[in-house]
Amino acid sequence: MAFDDQVKRRFNVVGTRVTRPDGIDKVTGKAAYGADISAPGMLHGRILRSPHAHARIVSIDTSEAEALAGVKAVVTGADLAMPEDADFADVAINCLARDKALYDGHAVAAVAATSKAIAKQAIRLIKVEYEVLPHVTDVDAAMKPDAPVVQEGRALENVPAGKSQNVTTYCKFGHGDLDAGFAKADKIIERSFKTAATHQGYIEPQACMASLGNDGRGEVWCCTQGQYMVRANCAAVLGVEESQLRITASEIGGGFGGKTSTFIEPVALALSRKSGKPVKIVMTRDEVLKATGPTISSSMDIKIGMTKDGRITAARGELRYSGGAYPNFTVEMGAQAAFAAYDLEAVETIGWNAMTNRPKEIPYRAPGAPTAIYAVESVVDELCQELGLDPLDVRLMNAARKGTLSSYGPTFNEIGLVATLEAAKAHPHYTAPLGPNQGRGLSCGFWFNFGGNTCVSLNINDDGTVGVVEGNPDIGGSRASISMMAAEELGVPYDKVRTVIADTSSLGFNDITDGSRVTFAVGLATIEAARAAIKEMCRRVAKIWDIDEDAVIWEDGAAKPAGPNAGTHPPMTLAEIAAIAGNTGGPIAGHHEVNADGAGVSFGVHLCDTEVDPETGAVKILRYTVFQDAGKAVHPDYVEGQMQGGAVQGIGWALNEEYIYGEDGRLQNPAFLDYRIPVASDLPPIETVILEIPNPGHPYGVRGVGETPIVPPLAAIANAVSRAANVRLTELPMSPPRVLKAITG
Amino acid sequence: MVRVKLWGSLRAFADGEEWVEVEASNFKELLDALVEKHPGLAPQVKRGVSLALDGVIYREAWFTKIGPENEVILMPYMVGG
Repeated sequence: MAFDDQVKRRFNVVGTRVTRPDGIDKVTGKAAYGADISAPGMLHGRILRSPHAHARIVSIDTSEAEALAGVKAVVTGADLAMPEDADFADVAINCLARDKALYDGHAVAAVAATSKAIAKQAIRLIKVEYEVLPHVTDVDAAMKPDAPVVQEGRALENVPAGKSQNVTTYCKFGHGDLDAGFAKADKIIERSFKTAATHQGYIEPQACMASLGNDGRGEVWCCTQGQYMVRANCAAVLGVEESQLRITASEIGGGFGGKTSTFIEPVALALSRKSGKPVKIVMTRDEVLKATGPTISSSMDIKIGMTKDGRITAARGELRYSGGAYPNFTVEMGAQAAFAAYDLEAVETIGWNAMTNRPKEIPYRAPGAPTAIYAVESVVDELCQELGLDPLDVRLMNAARKGTLSSYGPTFNEIGLVATLEAAKAHPHYTAPLGPNQGRGLSCGFWFNFGGNTCVSLNINDDGTVGVVEGNPDIGGSRASISMMAAEELGVPYDKVRTVIADTSSLGFNDITDGSRVTFAVGLATIEAARAAIKEMCRRVAKIWDIDEDAVIWEDGAAKPAGPNAGTHPPMTLAEIAAIAGNTGGPIAGHHEVNADGAGVSFGVHLCDTEVDPETGAVKILRYTVFQDAGKAVHPDYVEGQMQGGAVQGIGWALNEEYIYGEDGRLQNPAFLDYRIPVASDLPPIETVILEIPNPGHPYGVRGVGETPIVPPLAAIANAVSRAANVRLTELPMSPPRVLKAITG
Repeated sequence: MVRVKLWGSLRAFADGEEWVEVEASNFKELLDALVEKHPGLAPQVKRGVSLALDGVIYREAWFTKIGPENEVILMPYMVGG
């Protein structure tokens, strides 16, 4: 069998719970994050931000700031290039505004000074003359024809005429005859839903240190989910060549999609170019919440018809998303994901994106899917209540499976939804008794997953250890998983392998760490790189033994004769081969470059019990269980961590987190005191059940697991709260005042 | 010939057709043929599309083989977090 065709199902290392390689560094404070690096002569950068939701920038006078002792550079939007590419241009304008401030907190100028205090003082000396413009922060208001226009001329060609200029994206998916489907229903429910924008809530604010000389050569150290993305954005926005920028990703204190864009790196580079010194910028939490990307806010209408025995006859959804002050396509993902868990004869989903005077949306785990599926799963649950049906049985009856024509177009291959639902049904949680004011909620979740551009280099060291070089920041334990897959393939112990994250000058291009892609795609490339190294080691051993290359096989970390005809040579271990590599042809390495596809879609099911205090509207999560198909759980601790983390973030999204804007269009709660993410005391233990339905697109059957867990919680919790409170909740977050209002009418 | 299915909001640029038949043996030829047949699809193709081939989603793989026996579905370009 060719190396490339090998599909492995029996494992020695994969599937075990080995010690994480970054653990000691993180708990001892040794790990170097974005703000932890300094350089001789380094300056401190600080950014001046708009106090207005929407304003024309009439003038910027930086003279007083520049005259302040200790100030070495001041930059505005005029110091950045304006790329022709619309995406890069949006990055540039978002880093430093040009003609207009588009939201409260939009950067308008920046200074670099010899101390943080001087930098802070200097930005107060910058005089910006604003012409305040009408603003809009609500998506429904933004779609009205007479709404204030956030940006002109940004609508795509497919947006129907007559819409507000804020409407930039329109999409439609589905199949079948809706009218005929709804005519067959015994019960039809149509509901409208709203969800607030929420932030990824990573612990580490964005931080970077950058230097750029007049010769166009620069270095950036930053916390990011993609150093190559930072390089591309900075090169475009600074007008320099990518080869001249070396970007190093620091250890990262959480990302969840929020660090898949750039906000400060081009500004730090521009300040460095002007001052001739390295410049460090560390965002405050206030800046993170105001000016980095939250998720979309949404308004949605869902209509579903069902027969009295639980068969869904037709389903329709209209999603209106706002991704802030710039066009985006998140609604396309939401519209495709909305009904993906169901086998439907007739389904249609329409999606719109409208610009509002809010910060630029940046992806947050499974972007677009949690909100859409929250609305869909809420209506399915209400239909089950109205018709007196078991919500799990109804989902099993209607579940998408192999051969189902999906709501977004393709026909499903092997998928794990039914197995996941059956696991939930068999779990003791589903039949555990409930008390007064308590309710149980259930939701399916779905995410596409993808692979993407990936480079891996694997080096056999002369002492028999192995080094893997990959190009994706480790936000979810990927260094451990990658080392495990290399060890598995090579047949060496896990602790003989070390995986490091390369800077942009040390390894070829890699897509960002997103789309639940790294364990799948980098793992696949690592396995292929290991197979290339094995092939070379077998070739070397064949020369030593003076037999054909095909007569050497690799087993248990050693080259062996393929059979009696190959001779009686004793096995040569990897370490023995590595020790004499210089004698047999030089260093031994394997590498693999691929744009990986075949990631395989992922489903999950969440069960949640809540108790609602009828006097205050406060919701307590009593019990929570996550069921998910991981394909193959490479490191089960990390897989469970992803499942638990998604559930916790979803609990925050469902119950408390929201961007609150005042009448003036300014963000009212840019601090963790007022923007409330869940803390440990809010949470029960999150139970996890991993299912392993192998993904045929990966040599070990791996599926991405990072995003699906945040999809079901919104609906699972909303369904639990609605059942506990005996009233259907249709707006997130379900904060105590909102729940109390629903209870009391 | 390959039959490719367009998502709902693309059909306005393909004379309202859900399925379009073009001569193509791989992803790139398919995109080129689609744009040649329906130039209104060019902006979307330029922005990026994904391709589902017998249920497996490909994002950029131009040289993915396609035949008349395959289920070929055009999808928006996938993004994630």
